[in-house]
Amino acid sequence: MRLLTHNMLSSNIKGVTNGFPLRIEAEKVVEKQVEINHDFLRNIFPKIEWKAFVDASRILGYAELPEEAPEPSVLESDHEFLGKFHHALLELHIEEGALVCPETGRKFPINKGIPNMLLHEDEV
Amino acid sequence: MPSRSAQIRLVSSHPEVYEPCDDSFALVDALLADRTNLLEHRPTLCMEVGCGSGYVITSLALMLGQETPEIQYIATDTNPYAVRVTRETLEAHGVHAELINTDIASGLENRLAGSLDVIVVNPPYVPTPEDEVGREGIASAWAGGENGRRVIDKILPIANKLLSKRGWLYMVTLTANNPSQICLQMRERGFASRIVVQRSTEEESLHVIKFWRDFDIQADAKDVVTTSSILPARVMDLLPRLSFWRSGSSNNSC
Repeated sequence: MRLLTHNMLSSNIKGVTNGFPLRIEAEKVVEKQVEINHDFLRNIFPKIEWKAFVDASRILGYAELPEEAPEPSVLESDHEFLGKFHHALLELHIEEGALVCPETGRKFPINKGIPNMLLHEDEV
Repeated sequence: MPSRSAQIRLVSSHPEVYEPCDDSFALVDALLADRTNLLEHRPTLCMEVGCGSGYVITSLALMLGQETPEIQYIATDTNPYAVRVTRETLEAHGVHAELINTDIASGLENRLAGSLDVIVVNPPYVPTPEDEVGREGIASAWAGGENGRRVIDKILPIANKLLSKRGWLYMVTLTANNPSQICLQMRERGFASRIVVQRSTEEESLHVIKFWRDFDIQADAKDVVTTSSILPARVMDLLPRLSFWRSGSSNNSC
């Protein structure tokens, strides 16, 4: 699971109002290089909740992202920033671990890189 | 390049995972038939709901990947075995999709609202007794309750929520699902529709319907299903080759 996906997931338990971001418990993180695509990064940038993204990247041991979200114009010219954004968003994979609901503490396990967001009957 | 999806191999299987059948092939053929439009559409995020073996999402990534590398793919399935098989199918073909073991798009609906440019879905459309819906394992791949509509009717409003302003939905339906009524319901949500592929097999008559937001939509229900397009010759040429998968999955009863 990439941090792109972490940034798009919320706790789906019935009654939870503040389900984002899910806390990360990472047991195994792997890096897989993929070709950078500037168009994708520019298109997805406005959808990224920056603080959750930066915090998540630091939990995975990557501390190169700026605390504050840059102006979108930075994505037009700053290739160094684009490289870091790309790396944190798409190249870090949580293979084993869990996502934790910030409100209830319920754990959603991640196995073989796949988060399990299935709910129990009393959570739907 | 469209022919690459014809080379999809069955690298992994599980008794609880639905293997590609006529419905899967019809959906991939519809995506191939619409491939030029998809390339021009330049989507950012594409999602498959109910990825099963991974045949469809892998085909989509292969048919669009080279020319539009800016696309990222997401695939969900409620069946934990299915997402694992999908992962192996994707890896064997050198493509990637983010996989989530969830019910339709549960957990993604808040943050992905209005963000998906393409959704593809081969839903559990087979009419079954109501109590077969929502069972674990392979039954989740087909059991559709009354008129096969139980899960379809859950998916449609979610698709409406998740699709971007320019979002497209491709969905497989069976005649028993009453596709023209589905199109009418989607029209009420502001979607136009057309049949991309229509195919009759010995057992069922399948339609793959494409929906897109039409901001000029009129309350004229007459032309809900506007055209039944004719498959380009090159897609028909590919069909025999798709049998490669079928011959590789000998215990498949489809």
